[in-house]
Amino acid sequence: MRHLLSTRDLDRATAIEILDVAEDMADVQQRAVRKLPTLRGRTVVNLFFEDSTRTRISFEAAAKRLSADVINFSAKGSSVSKGESLKDTAQTLAAIGADAVVIRHPASGAPQVLAQSAWIEAGIVNAGDGTHEHPTQGLLDAFTIRRRIHGDAARGRDLDGIRVTIVGDILHSRVARSNVWLLSSLGAEVHLVAPATLMPVGVGSWPATRGYDLDEALATKPDVVMMLRVQAERMSAAFFPTAREYSRYWGLDDRRFAMLGAGSMVMHPGPMNRGLEISSRAADSAKSTVLEQVANGVSVRMAVLYLVLSGEKGETP
Amino acid sequence: MTSTILIRAAAMTDGSRSDILVRDGIVAELGGGLSATGATVIDADGLIALPGLVDLHTHLREPGYEQSETVLGGSRAAAAGGFTAVHAMANTSPVADTAGVVEQVKALGDAAGYVTVRPVGAVTVGLAGTQLAEIGAMASSRARVRVFSDDGKCVSDPLLMRRALEYVTTIDGVVAQHAQEPRLTEGAQMNEGTVSGELGLPGWPAVAEEAIIARDVLLAQHVGARLHVCHVSTAGSVEVVRWAKARGIHVTAEVTPHHLMLTDELVRSYDARFKVNPPLRREEDVLALRAGLADGTIDIVATDHAPHPEESKDCEWDVAAMGMIGLESALSVVHSAMVETGLLDWAGVARVLSSTPARIGGLAGYDRGIAVGAPAELTLYDPAASRLFGTADLRGSAVNSPFLDRSLPGRILTTVHAGYPTVLDGELVDVDTVARSAGATRG
Repeated sequence: MRHLLSTRDLDRATAIEILDVAEDMADVQQRAVRKLPTLRGRTVVNLFFEDSTRTRISFEAAAKRLSADVINFSAKGSSVSKGESLKDTAQTLAAIGADAVVIRHPASGAPQVLAQSAWIEAGIVNAGDGTHEHPTQGLLDAFTIRRRIHGDAARGRDLDGIRVTIVGDILHSRVARSNVWLLSSLGAEVHLVAPATLMPVGVGSWPATRGYDLDEALATKPDVVMMLRVQAERMSAAFFPTAREYSRYWGLDDRRFAMLGAGSMVMHPGPMNRGLEISSRAADSAKSTVLEQVANGVSVRMAVLYLVLSGEKGETP
Repeated sequence: MTSTILIRAAAMTDGSRSDILVRDGIVAELGGGLSATGATVIDADGLIALPGLVDLHTHLREPGYEQSETVLGGSRAAAAGGFTAVHAMANTSPVADTAGVVEQVKALGDAAGYVTVRPVGAVTVGLAGTQLAEIGAMASSRARVRVFSDDGKCVSDPLLMRRALEYVTTIDGVVAQHAQEPRLTEGAQMNEGTVSGELGLPGWPAVAEEAIIARDVLLAQHVGARLHVCHVSTAGSVEVVRWAKARGIHVTAEVTPHHLMLTDELVRSYDARFKVNPPLRREEDVLALRAGLADGTIDIVATDHAPHPEESKDCEWDVAAMGMIGLESALSVVHSAMVETGLLDWAGVARVLSSTPARIGGLAGYDRGIAVGAPAELTLYDPAASRLFGTADLRGSAVNSPFLDRSLPGRILTTVHAGYPTVLDGELVDVDTVARSAGATRG
């Protein structure tokens, strides 16, 4: 795998391979010594043009557990905020000798621009670009679902027939996009629920069904309910009238949480707005996978860094 | 130093073959077996003689943005593309909203001498959309401005647009509207549709263009004014213009070469060469625009040639500048999109790229095409040629063409402007020679 830019261009076999390598990485996390020598001498740069402590420390932990050297480059307060271009930043990182660049950027497509350019040879891992994709989030969500359902027998399995309902701001969500492409190519049936203002134009061509009514969606007893974070600034742009109204129609409150089936799970990519899109009872319940998602994020990112830096044909550890 | 040029056996747009004798700045004779002593003889066997192309929508960037392009550089790009006249848009710095600026742009064009440079005047002061610019002063200046546009920005205030349409009527001019509802396109990065949804780029919906055109044609009807619509880009806009024309409203419309050929699927590359305003649309829109141009709903092709320096395109999509260059490739793109598809013949090409844009712009000398006694403005085009279009085909300062690495038909071999050559054997005549020829013509 040369780069990881999106889940849309991952086929089912490649996706399952990444998840299986992540299983191996998760096994390592159970050992007393959780560090592998695999990427010793390789340099991974975390290039973050947006603040995201959670994603950055997850990638940092992943790279360090593979013994890579990690450089954290935050664009805030650096030359970048003084007007340095992406091109100059990339060429600087190339000159320093970066082997992989993990990039978080507010512009959709920035990781792809970097990967297509002649500015830098390093493998590029998209850690979230604008409202486009967040492929490692999609992969860790798929990994979490697969583990919950198949446990220790998860290796090699897909998500055939698993019904996933994604609720909230689909329009602005890179998490939703990465999950729609990945979960559907793994065989899951994806259903999207949002007010019409937060559904993208052209969503009819996505491999997912759609509805506006969360109660109706929950009545079908989906296996997975994934709640998306709602940004407060959407209110001022008239996407919905008030937080209270949003919560009333599209929040996973205690009443709706009680509608969920016994074996179902509640997911959230974090950080959560408790009381807005999800109630504390739902977030802290046994159905909630929120903390598993965080833990699995490290395993999945170890797998991605390993595959990008060792090439497709590399041996698994 | 006036030139005598004898063009032998060119194919005319009516299908006939003719020699063309150019002398003293005009077409002196047409017909077979012409001769003239001391003439520069050009063998045009197999070449089509087209009247000089007229672009109603060009950005020359000077004054103020010389890092993007200059009047001289843009004029050379125009001549290389077969153009003999361009209309230079007003969004310079300072904005072309006074007689002084438009006279400066015209003087720079005259001095360069490659094409007639017709300045477009701003509709509002500073393109700010709040106060009418001195339209009368620009009209009666040496630049004799007849086209007024805030292009790059929409005159979105309906009352101001009404007043502009009315006021311009008094000097027999026309307002060329950049139709873009500003609130519906805040932060817009590409056409709103399936592709923008997948790519996560804020959309520029078709309705933002169509709603303004619909409003403006009704305003034009109400006040009895002429309206020109810049760069129509959607199937819905074609329908609105068709409806307006059927009602007898005096509206004309232009389409760009890139909107006749390219779609928003190209944005999947996030290659900022494909970032333009209005954005590339869907395949259905491209086909509707072609049909509209063929049936006369859309009157002309105009390039919206928009030069940008490399650093404005060599970056992530969000921060890249909007716009693409088109002068050097326009005729080849129209050839490919309209002629090879059977939608337009060469007489039609002459109509949409020469006589009609000249009429809309109030530019004399182009109404009869290549005719005895008409000013010698013409270009010779080899329709059998084909080339992989590349930066070597570009003649201006900028290289932000969306057609690089595409195979395009045809090639410009000669351009004659005001009776002297600006392009010979497919190469631009040098700057000094053209400037001398232009000076001699001015006398």
